[in-house]
Amino acid sequence: MFTQSMFTIIENKPIVRDVYRLALSGDASAVTAPGQFVNIRLEGFYLRRPISVCDWDASGVTLIYKVVGKGTDCLSRLLPGAELDLLVGLGNGFDVSKSGQKPLLIGGGVGVPPLYGLAKKLAAGGKTPIAILGFNTRGDVFYADEFRALGVDTLVSTADGSMGQKGFVTDVMRGLTDYTYIYACGPMQMLQAVHGLTRTGGQFSFEERMGCGFGACMGCSCQTKYGSRRICREGPVLEREEIIW
Amino acid sequence: MVNTEVTLSGLTLQNPVIPASGTFGFGYEFAELYDINILGSIALKGTTMEPRFGNPTPRIAECASGMLNSVGLQNPGIDAVINEELPRLGECFQRPVIANISGFSIDEYVFCCEKIDACGQVGIIEVNVSCPNVHSGGMSFGTSPEPAAEVTRAVRAVTKKPVYVKLSPNVTDIAEIAKACEDAGADGISLINTPLGMRVDLKTKRPVIHNRMGGLSGPAVFPVALRMVWQAYEAISIPIIGMGGVSSAEDVIEMMLAGAAAVQVGAANLVDPFACKRIVEELPKVMGKYGITELKNITGGSH
Repeated sequence: MFTQSMFTIIENKPIVRDVYRLALSGDASAVTAPGQFVNIRLEGFYLRRPISVCDWDASGVTLIYKVVGKGTDCLSRLLPGAELDLLVGLGNGFDVSKSGQKPLLIGGGVGVPPLYGLAKKLAAGGKTPIAILGFNTRGDVFYADEFRALGVDTLVSTADGSMGQKGFVTDVMRGLTDYTYIYACGPMQMLQAVHGLTRTGGQFSFEERMGCGFGACMGCSCQTKYGSRRICREGPVLEREEIIW
Repeated sequence: MVNTEVTLSGLTLQNPVIPASGTFGFGYEFAELYDINILGSIALKGTTMEPRFGNPTPRIAECASGMLNSVGLQNPGIDAVINEELPRLGECFQRPVIANISGFSIDEYVFCCEKIDACGQVGIIEVNVSCPNVHSGGMSFGTSPEPAAEVTRAVRAVTKKPVYVKLSPNVTDIAEIAKACEDAGADGISLINTPLGMRVDLKTKRPVIHNRMGGLSGPAVFPVALRMVWQAYEAISIPIIGMGGVSSAEDVIEMMLAGAAAVQVGAANLVDPFACKRIVEELPKVMGKYGITELKNITGGSH
């Protein structure tokens, strides 16, 4: 079950252009799985901003977000010491029990952060994940070193070839065969391309415009093979076999 | 001591605070957050004869002091509501609830109201003739007096429960429509549903919402809702459930002074899941501040 509580900003600074790391101290006990998200109330904005959890421990959560509009721009201007009202522990998150020994983690852009928490859990559980992180250009690449620091075999692709393999995450993926499962988070086209490229089982994390973020408004519903799912509650992670594109 | 009790058509509520339809699901998920038995009642998610997914996404957009939604009556259908959702709510909420019924034809309204009439948990039927997010039926019944009266008469004939007609603000004369419903046998009126609004995304240069338009809710609509409650109160003598942007105990009192006998809280639940609890807890203190001892006596007090 999710909780509502106040968090204090410890750090809020850019790690690459327009992408910020926000470290918050507070009660993160409601976070139960990587891939869950928090919903942040911002002064002057009616709706909260849902942002996936990158990492968490007993003392707080770390988020990585991209400035894409007025709300995230406002968030990026907040300084350490400021307090934020968060809903914590939202969504289902990834199920690590399905990974097998060598799961493939595929992230695109700001889809990368929730996979970091996932990689950490998998590595701690003795698994040997492989990560493919896709970005547009060298200047956008973040967290490749952090994934490697976990002992995760990490491959980077950039659309313009300025770092790692030139092309998309799917181009890197074609060179790999012996993975046991797939975890993916990123833009819809990326998720669909990844889905189409393999028959291996997997979990895919989706985005949708949300009203409440906790299942009350039905704003973010999507249709699956087994009925409708609220992206904020039964998602954001959907099983490979239930997804309708 | 202050008394927060109010009555709606013979039904006594411990307080006038009711989560509005579509912002509280079927209630039981909020019971994981707090004891929902502190609420006056609960207006359930709008229910239709058949299950509905609703409109394509995106169906939410933000506005200054509010939001747009074009959910379009997503619900599991009347049978699942009666057989699954109501029993589940009954495990955590022991008070009479308000069932919210929508339809695309008079027959559909009648079909659902007949079925819900047999549910002991339901204290009031709220007949939604004002959903702005469906193309046929829905709001089209609620934007002129005769169709609204026709729906009212038809459902009035098939249930013993109080019938409250939920009206649309997207009309030129709310008093005329409220009066038509009263004359057709309505036991009360709920208003307002959401006024239609729209946003355009500057990056894509397309409407933000897939359905183009959506219903506006949140504090932005409070003065509009209050004005319409006030106008309806002038025109009719049946009880009014007032709603639209209510977010605080002060708003509850203001809405009641305009003419509401009870109040629904909608969008506030979505940004603060504890909004109704907070309002219920603040209400006695705010009543005290304004010298109110019997809440039910203030209805229409501003006229």
